[in-house]
Amino acid sequence: MKNAMTVSNLHVSYYGKEVLQDIGFTISEGTSVGIIGPNGAGKSTLLKSLLNLIPKDKGDITILGSTLKEVRKRIAYVPQRSTIDWDFPITVKDTVLIGTYPTLGIFKRPGRKEKELALKCLEKVDMVAFQNRQIGELSGGQQQRVFLARALAQQADLFLLDEPFVGIDATSEEMIVNILKELRDDGKTIIVVHHDLNKAEKYFDELLLLNKELIAKGRVKEVFTPKNIVSAYGGQLSFLDEVMAK
Amino acid sequence: MMQFIEAVMQYGFLQKALITSVMVGIISGVVGCFIILRGMALMGDAISHAVLPGVAISFMLGINIFFGAVTTGILTAIGIGFINQNSRIKNDSSIGIMFTAAFAVGIILITVLKSSTDLYHILFGNVLAVRPSDMWITLIVGIIVLVSVFLFYKELLVSSFDPIMSQAYGLPNKLIHYFLMVLLTLVTVASLQTVGIILVVAMLITPASTAYLLTDRLSTMIFLSALCGTISAVIGLYLSFTYNLASGATIVLVATALFFAAFIFSPKQGLLLRAIRVNRQKSAVL
Repeated sequence: MKNAMTVSNLHVSYYGKEVLQDIGFTISEGTSVGIIGPNGAGKSTLLKSLLNLIPKDKGDITILGSTLKEVRKRIAYVPQRSTIDWDFPITVKDTVLIGTYPTLGIFKRPGRKEKELALKCLEKVDMVAFQNRQIGELSGGQQQRVFLARALAQQADLFLLDEPFVGIDATSEEMIVNILKELRDDGKTIIVVHHDLNKAEKYFDELLLLNKELIAKGRVKEVFTPKNIVSAYGGQLSFLDEVMAK
Repeated sequence: MMQFIEAVMQYGFLQKALITSVMVGIISGVVGCFIILRGMALMGDAISHAVLPGVAISFMLGINIFFGAVTTGILTAIGIGFINQNSRIKNDSSIGIMFTAAFAVGIILITVLKSSTDLYHILFGNVLAVRPSDMWITLIVGIIVLVSVFLFYKELLVSSFDPIMSQAYGLPNKLIHYFLMVLLTLVTVASLQTVGIILVVAMLITPASTAYLLTDRLSTMIFLSALCGTISAVIGLYLSFTYNLASGATIVLVATALFFAAFIFSPKQGLLLRAIRVNRQKSAVL
């Protein structure tokens, strides 16, 4: 199987303070991977540095067998919900349509083909009925579904999602999980920053356990050992008890 | 009103004033939408002030005021960005430091070079003294601004709405920011005669804010904002001519009146209908 992503010797810092140290891993095409770890472990930073949204100090990143620059348009990124201006004058339909922008290129406007694609993606997340609403009028789960629809409209091969399950309802969460599984079954690669250890087992094929450095990476069962969890979450005892009790 | 229309037909200076004001209303309305959606109202104020030294230098060198204005406007924008990224000074403070400095340099240059009446006109506008060359400059600037926004609409939309996504798929966010700063200086240059440097920011943010309260679509917002700018320009010029009031200030106050009308009566965001909805809900629960 081909590698969707190969990272080696990745170092990232913020204002001279090291956030990620010597990260190295590979992800095969057609797998779903959860990035987990305690608060401040650098999960979102890792995701952003993969896309060069945060500059790296050092390290090699190969994506879909090429450099980032050449494959940017084959990557869909769903940002954290808290980073979006929900008062922006834009409807659900037009938000999803933005997903078609990367492949359209400069000067060209989305036409009928793009609009049909956007509608199809909205159907997938069951949001067609809301297509003319302003995005701020939706619930958290609906908003997340709309942004997933936008990612679908990008027709990407690699999907990166930053905390997609924060503050959303159970129905939306289930729908998003199922769509991500479908994408994975179609051979797409999914990387998700995730905060909830409980569900990590069910949602992903592989886990990447992070706390500034890479603690473990591999099949869920291999990663989810008490030893690994202690070394990642060591300081956060209450959390540790919760995991041990299971 | 009839008197005003007759006067417009009769006097060339009034025609030029009207055409220039309408153009300024349109382009500041259009560019203003992006300024307020990106949370850059203060930046708009800063750049319009920072144009002053450029205007003075252009007078000095005998070149078109554009070149000077765009140069000092962009230099100030770069300076603000530089202080921001390389110190703990917050964004609004670095804006305040840089634009007041640029403005102060401008005042000194102008007072050294020219008589004080010129400074007054640049600061506050004097729409009834628009020369044919000024009108043509405004029209050309207007066309450049409108064509740019039309061509890059998609990129302006996505980088304003979700800058992380636009960066992720490879758009040059920084370049788009400075491109918008260039448009801003162009709008300021075009507005020098109509409202003047000090009040340009009102034409940028007030009509755009009015439109923002009236619609949930960016394209509609841009159209409504341009319309508000135009209405303000025409009515403002009429009032200014009829009652012999300062033109820039009158235009701005008409724009403000339109804003408050939207603020109170907007179907979705307005104070009035919101209060009615709240009351209805309360009585339904009771």
